[in-house]
Amino acid sequence: MGAQLRVYKRRIRSVTATKKITKAMEMIAASRVVKAQRKVAASTPYATELTRAVTAVATGASDKHPLTTEAENPTRAAVLLLTSDRGLAGAFNSNAIKAAEQLTEKLRAEGKEVDSFIVGRRGLAHYNFRERKVVESWTGFTDEPAYGDAKLVAGPLIEAIEKETAEGGVDELHLVYTEFVSMMTQNAVEARLLPLSLEEVAKEAGTKDEIRPLYDFEPSAEDVLDALLPRYVESRIYNALLQSAASKHAATRRAMKSATDNAGDLINNLSRLANAARQAEITQEISEIVGGSAALADANAGSDK
Amino acid sequence: MAAELHVELVAADRQVWSGEATLVVARTTSGDIGVMPGHQPLLGVLESGPVTIRTSAGETVVAAVHGGFISFADNKLSLLAEIVELADEIDVQRAERALERAKSDADAGAERRADVRLRAVATG
Repeated sequence: MGAQLRVYKRRIRSVTATKKITKAMEMIAASRVVKAQRKVAASTPYATELTRAVTAVATGASDKHPLTTEAENPTRAAVLLLTSDRGLAGAFNSNAIKAAEQLTEKLRAEGKEVDSFIVGRRGLAHYNFRERKVVESWTGFTDEPAYGDAKLVAGPLIEAIEKETAEGGVDELHLVYTEFVSMMTQNAVEARLLPLSLEEVAKEAGTKDEIRPLYDFEPSAEDVLDALLPRYVESRIYNALLQSAASKHAATRRAMKSATDNAGDLINNLSRLANAARQAEITQEISEIVGGSAALADANAGSDK
Repeated sequence: MAAELHVELVAADRQVWSGEATLVVARTTSGDIGVMPGHQPLLGVLESGPVTIRTSAGETVVAAVHGGFISFADNKLSLLAEIVELADEIDVQRAERALERAKSDADAGAERRADVRLRAVATG
């Protein structure tokens, strides 16, 4: 076998091995998307009921709760960015990071200091590499977030918003995550979690024009609101974590699908080149034989004379 | 047909139970409360404890609820909690072991959770 042909054969083998890996990753990601989507669906009843309850109390209670009132001039904002622990997901992480950076710019332009909170090793690595300050970060659960993880993340954020701004607390809480629209579409979106804007919450719950009943609060409207809002933040973060996980798996699936397709194209091209090289080798051998026999025939013809 | 109310028992990550009922008894922070069809709209904070649902078929469903909320309006009652376990799902021996372990570790949270589970099983 010629040297050229051997090189092609070796490359085909290595690309085939890579293709097998990317194909496997694609299928794993595809099954995980379905699982993640199911988790999103399973968490929806709790989220809707909670949202409904929050709207009910917040419109019913007349007092000003720190979590629902806007500060007169907000000076500090917290941004929670959700990324993934692992890469190989196309532009998934960079899109989320870009969205967070745009939001940070915007908040800075409004004269607010920004505290960054990050979920996921990728986002953290991005910030650490640029030596930006990260107040707190969490890693290790982005593939399959549990409710406990959302609680873990929400804890310090709620604490920060309840603290006075002068003592290092924040006035606003923003969330940047990747929304799962469909298998093919995932968008990096930002949302203001707190202070709560009631119109948006009502829109979300689909109860905008509904006439809300007059609730009897047990023990009191303030206590209910106090207990509800942290749960609401947790549930929103949980939902965002789940959507972000589903989006990540969908992005991985897509990235791996195109990697598999590319590997297929590469193998096709290399096979053609290898075939051409083999053919050239054969042609060369034949022409050598023909040439050799012609030379022999000539020599024989010469000696006959 | 007796009047009934629709109950949704929802945990953070799943819907635990849903169906028609004639009476729901739960413990709020200010005391036990019983809700029957036609109750006035209500929104309350729940204590960790067992919740009893008397279904329209006459059966009794008991669940251990760890914190959470009760809300009732338009004959629809929702019970929300981060963790909800039906009494049938609770493994008594495991809960007892957890209770002992929590007591020896002086882990108040775990002790309370295990205690709630056992009480729910006892009620059911």
